Amino acid sequence: MILAQDPTLEDFGHDPWWLVLIKVVAVFVFLVVMTLFAIWYERRVVARMQVRPGPNRNGPFGLLQSLADGLKLAFKEDIMPKLADKAVFFIAPVISTVCAFTAFAIMPFGPMVSIFGTKTPLQLTDIPVAVLLVLACSGMGVYGVVLAGWASGSTYPLLGGLRSSAQMISYEVAMGLSIVAVFMTAGTMSTSGIVAAQAGGTKVHFLGLDLTAPSWYALLLLPSFVIYFVSAVGETNRAPFDLPEAESELVGGFHTEYSSLKFALFFLAEYINMVTVSALCTTLFLGGWRAPWPISLWDGANSGWWPLLWFTIKVLLLLFVFVWLRGTLPRLRYDQFMRFGWKVLIPANLIWILALSGIKTLQNSNTSRTQTLLWLGGALVVLMAVALLWPSKKETTPLTLAEQVEQRPAGSFPLPPLDLVVPVNPRAKRIAADRSAAGTDNDQPVGSGAKEA
Amino acid sequence: MTSALQLAVAAGEVATSEKVVFFILAPIALIGAIGMVASRNAVHSALWLVLTMLCLGVFYIVQAGPFIGMTQIIVYTGAIMMLFLFVLMLVGRDASDAVIETLRGQQTAAIILGVGFAGLLGTGLLRVVSKLTVTGLDEANAKGNVQGLASLLFTKYVFAFEIASALLITAAVGAMLLAHVEKRKEDKISQPEMMRARFAPGNYPGPKPGPGVFATSDSVATPAKLPDGTPAQRSISPILPTRELTAAEVADKHTEGR
Repeated sequence: MILAQDPTLEDFGHDPWWLVLIKVVAVFVFLVVMTLFAIWYERRVVARMQVRPGPNRNGPFGLLQSLADGLKLAFKEDIMPKLADKAVFFIAPVISTVCAFTAFAIMPFGPMVSIFGTKTPLQLTDIPVAVLLVLACSGMGVYGVVLAGWASGSTYPLLGGLRSSAQMISYEVAMGLSIVAVFMTAGTMSTSGIVAAQAGGTKVHFLGLDLTAPSWYALLLLPSFVIYFVSAVGETNRAPFDLPEAESELVGGFHTEYSSLKFALFFLAEYINMVTVSALCTTLFLGGWRAPWPISLWDGANSGWWPLLWFTIKVLLLLFVFVWLRGTLPRLRYDQFMRFGWKVLIPANLIWILALSGIKTLQNSNTSRTQTLLWLGGALVVLMAVALLWPSKKETTPLTLAEQVEQRPAGSFPLPPLDLVVPVNPRAKRIAADRSAAGTDNDQPVGSGAKEA
Repeated sequence: MTSALQLAVAAGEVATSEKVVFFILAPIALIGAIGMVASRNAVHSALWLVLTMLCLGVFYIVQAGPFIGMTQIIVYTGAIMMLFLFVLMLVGRDASDAVIETLRGQQTAAIILGVGFAGLLGTGLLRVVSKLTVTGLDEANAKGNVQGLASLLFTKYVFAFEIASALLITAAVGAMLLAHVEKRKEDKISQPEMMRARFAPGNYPGPKPGPGVFATSDSVATPAKLPDGTPAQRSISPILPTRELTAAEVADKHTEGR
């Protein structure tokens, strides 16, 4: 069955009430199942990276582990701290969760499909400013975290809440700016429109040449894509940017005082936010629900229910990157993190938007080829002049080790001799013999390195 | 949904759904405004303000201005967050309004001025709106809602727009000047310098010994003992009062086995 492919804004708002209800419940179920799955997925992937099995007891491959954890969490005692601001302490997790769910209302899962004989887009709703809804929801979601920190009435949550408010505001600026380039290229802010704009390689008429630009904005607008992803990690409080809940400094951060279902709501909101930014990234930069290249050669790939599969796979791949980052990178220091956001991401983004709008203006205006070249050359000359006149760092030749030792003041901490040869461990032979007798492995015995030295 | 609303608005009638939304949200917005003025806690005030701003955002969206509604929510959530932080930093977490009036008659004056300002604003708006020729949404949104707003902002109202932004930047720079403590470059301690100072002679780079190590008492006031048996003064916190130790506490602990 082949239906009209791309939904436009006119296709929304005509669903009967039962269809709207089905879609709302479907989005809700999708998010909750994705959360349960993502927790298991994260634990398994991190475990595999650390060479251990991970949860593998409940259900096949341990898939039901997060369900069991969630049930246990619900039956735990709900503790309200004495110094807490009761009303705000209660509302905070609700705000977080409601905003997290709302943001997903505009995610396009697929093209027009037929549900019980009604033709409808595979998307809850779309508005002309759909992407801004996600930004607004994430902006409101910060309140959940900040209020939780404030209302708990203790020090660590307050510090965590303050940190997260600063962090999320800064990274939301970077995130919003990185989306601007997508708006400029797609010419629309509705998510279904952006997916449609990435359908085929657009013909670009530039410098008198006809070029076919890549269809995915991840390639066409690579700087925006990179900045979006980095700021998305900051926005969702994930490692290496999980400073609001830095265990080594702030115990649990904003949710230190939370327990039972209220804590579960924060947990849910964090994972839903992760799914949301991944889904938004898929929609804005990775072609949305459209099949990637080798699959898209098949005619039926972009019609019917198949796109739901491509969409989910893309989201899962992005979630994998989140987990990968967590398993690989250590946490940043707070001041370095803020400096990175304000002094690297935002200026780079502004320059990139300026360059992009310059290119777009040149494309749209009727300038001749020489004029275009002159403009580009002028920009290049200015760039080179700035690069030439940029003050360079004073170069200092580093001192040799011996010189550094020479310069140390008297009474310094004792140093071992620089030409030390590590003596052979007299027990090395015995240890090696013990190991091989136990038959553990073929590893090099302890001390053999020293022998070679 | 929006296009249906646009049609209804263009026809000059108020849709039922719009009425319903208005009559639900308008009282809530008012409650938020009153709560903001009336609540004793500054943070609660900021929260009530958020409620009012959210309701206003929804009103804009219902009146077929989705862009301005969303922008209202995005911008004001950030702005009120700033307010929240200022409240926390200036008055602290638990500060509530003082019940005693420090300036006599200021509440009455504030009420009179507030009502006067509201009257001024209302009548002014009424005069402007009554003379307005309405072109309708179709004409205003001919090139699209966002594009129409953008072209107005950057052509007809560009001067007002730039002045507003200059004012905001001035305010931001002023706030920064007030809050910023200037440090000379020489006064800043960089991480390598801290590391060098840590290993400089006269400073022991390792952690301090905990109190009570190798002693017979588990009190934090009992100093740890160095390997030669002398008490390590670095192991006691300087804020603790010095305490006379009993003979049993001073005696060495059995470490060689019985």
